[in-house]
Amino acid sequence: MNLFQAITSALDNSLAKDPTAVIFGEDVAFGGVFRCTVGLRDKYGKDRVFNTPLCEQGIVGFGIGIAVTGATAIAEIQFADYIFPAFDQIVNEAAKYRYRSGDLFNCGSLTIRAPWGCVGHGALYHSQSPEAFFAHCPGIKVVVPRSPFQAKGLLLSCIEDKNPCIFFEPKILYRAAVEQVPVEPYSIPLSQAEVVQEGSDVTLVAWGTQVHVIREVASMAQEKLGVSCEVIDLRTILPWDMDTVCKSVIKTGRLLISHEAPLTGGFASEISSTVQY
Amino acid sequence: MAVAAAAARVWGSSRGLGQAGLLLLRRPGARGLARSLPQRQAQQHFPSLDDKPQFPGASAEFVDKLEFIQPNVISGIPVYRVMDRQGQIINPSEDPHLPQEKVLKFYKSMTLLNTMDRILYESQRQGRISFYMTNYGEEGTHVGSAAALDNTDLVFGQYREAAVGAAYAAKRANANRVVICYFGEGAASEGDAHAGFNFAATLECPIIFFCRNNGYAISTPTSEQYRGDGIAARGPGYGIMSIRVDGNDVFAVYNATKEARRRAVAENQPFLIEAMTYRIGHHSTSDDSSAYRSVDEVNYWDKQDHPISRLRHYLQSRGWWDDEQEKAWRKQSRKKVMEAFEQAERKPKPSPSLLFSDVYQEMPAQLRKQQEALARHLQTYGEHYPLDHFEK
Repeated sequence: MNLFQAITSALDNSLAKDPTAVIFGEDVAFGGVFRCTVGLRDKYGKDRVFNTPLCEQGIVGFGIGIAVTGATAIAEIQFADYIFPAFDQIVNEAAKYRYRSGDLFNCGSLTIRAPWGCVGHGALYHSQSPEAFFAHCPGIKVVVPRSPFQAKGLLLSCIEDKNPCIFFEPKILYRAAVEQVPVEPYSIPLSQAEVVQEGSDVTLVAWGTQVHVIREVASMAQEKLGVSCEVIDLRTILPWDMDTVCKSVIKTGRLLISHEAPLTGGFASEISSTVQY
Repeated sequence: MAVAAAAARVWGSSRGLGQAGLLLLRRPGARGLARSLPQRQAQQHFPSLDDKPQFPGASAEFVDKLEFIQPNVISGIPVYRVMDRQGQIINPSEDPHLPQEKVLKFYKSMTLLNTMDRILYESQRQGRISFYMTNYGEEGTHVGSAAALDNTDLVFGQYREAAVGAAYAAKRANANRVVICYFGEGAASEGDAHAGFNFAATLECPIIFFCRNNGYAISTPTSEQYRGDGIAARGPGYGIMSIRVDGNDVFAVYNATKEARRRAVAENQPFLIEAMTYRIGHHSTSDDSSAYRSVDEVNYWDKQDHPISRLRHYLQSRGWWDDEQEKAWRKQSRKKVMEAFEQAERKPKPSPSLLFSDVYQEMPAQLRKQQEALARHLQTYGEHYPLDHFEK
């Protein structure tokens, strides 16, 4: 399967298993602008897979309400670049719902999916990687997969997770990445980074598309410089796996973090300051 | 193919432009394009022979005279009421004919709320609580609407879009519940009110949007909040059944909410109720409204059109209430509030370690570390904090 097919498979598994689960957002009914929801409306019905008006704050606010009743809400934001109108709903409402009600209420069964990252021709509003804005918000989880197999397992974990989750899907990989993906459900744990390649001289950390870039960097470094790199895919941005990263840096003594998002205030700054502390 | 070759000559031989030329010259309806068009639902493929607009976006006639629609704010949506200002029923067929016990419950709820407001406002002035907002003048909106709901209905005190989502889920679950969402005329200016209305209508949700239009959003009068005919006039723009009621008439509020509830659940559609009222008190204990409105204006509403007074007149005219009962009830309700207040005052504040609980369902490692750091900090520097007021 490619990445979008892996997403469809995860969504299919969820709707099959959980009768309360619904998928909604702009253009999801016909299959979605990236085809992630193809076939689901026909299979599960128009009350479970449906279009909403063009309004991101509405999509997320509405999703919070569904989740508050205990039903599973899977919201799609058409591009991560458009998630900002929903920022208030995510940060002030979703992230704080359980905390402010002393656990009387929660919207843990909410998952928000959005295509993420550069694609070459996306320009200002179809290329952004906004994970750093959300990393600063306790109460939500933020996840970025690097491949179809990772995506399905991580998305299913987000949907099952009892906290509101944001799942960013690297759009450039939707068709480009293809691998073997089981059709049955499986999950990959959140807040666990993966050491994708072991090494001894330097730790390289990335997430999403950039993991593939630094894998290439690792083999170039080995070949041209004789440097052995340990490559880590962070996978969950919030809460992030400090133990795996720190353990690796203790071993190698050096750390390099690479991300598409702007440098200042990017998530690399959180990682590097924690590691140095 | 000849056509394509001609196009390539016209537009240039570079691959991209040649391809563009190919696309431009293809006839619409040619097999390739037709197959690539997505399925359209509910749209005519063959225009009718009548000269009617066929636009998917609106169902309307043509007009050949240029004329802008004038917004109607001089004579807006009328205000539904059941009682006059003296508590007399105006149209007997609108009298809900509620039993004495129920109407007394209305009255006691409104006056107990009023008593609680007085005591708690005072207690803030005395420094015993940090902040308070009173309900003076709006008691009819709360009690009249709440009385019309079922015990299993969901109430959102704000959060307009979340209320719509909850209503959608209730509909899917066949829960026979309505969701009611309360907000003021100021909050109705927020983008999320627009989102909430539009989603509720398009997704056919059993929800009552209850707007308390009390004339002010802190210091901002309605003349600076909107230029249209209030909030009720917006409902039809979204396709929502709407009504404006006298919010100081508890029976009008009750009747409208009751009927809205019945139909919202039966028909799976949203209802908008704009309850007109007046905020007699300050916005909060941090506000002094004499800075932006006259005492005369406030007194008018307090003396001439108060929901509690109007209901009391109704009760008294039926012989269901008198001055003696009033005196006894005032004493009893004061006692009730004071006892509850003193009991609450004796409780210490929650333990500082709870700062980190319920952020997530399970406490992640980072928060646990922060919690431990705080505990260590308090061990060493606890004398600088008012820890006596908190649970351990």
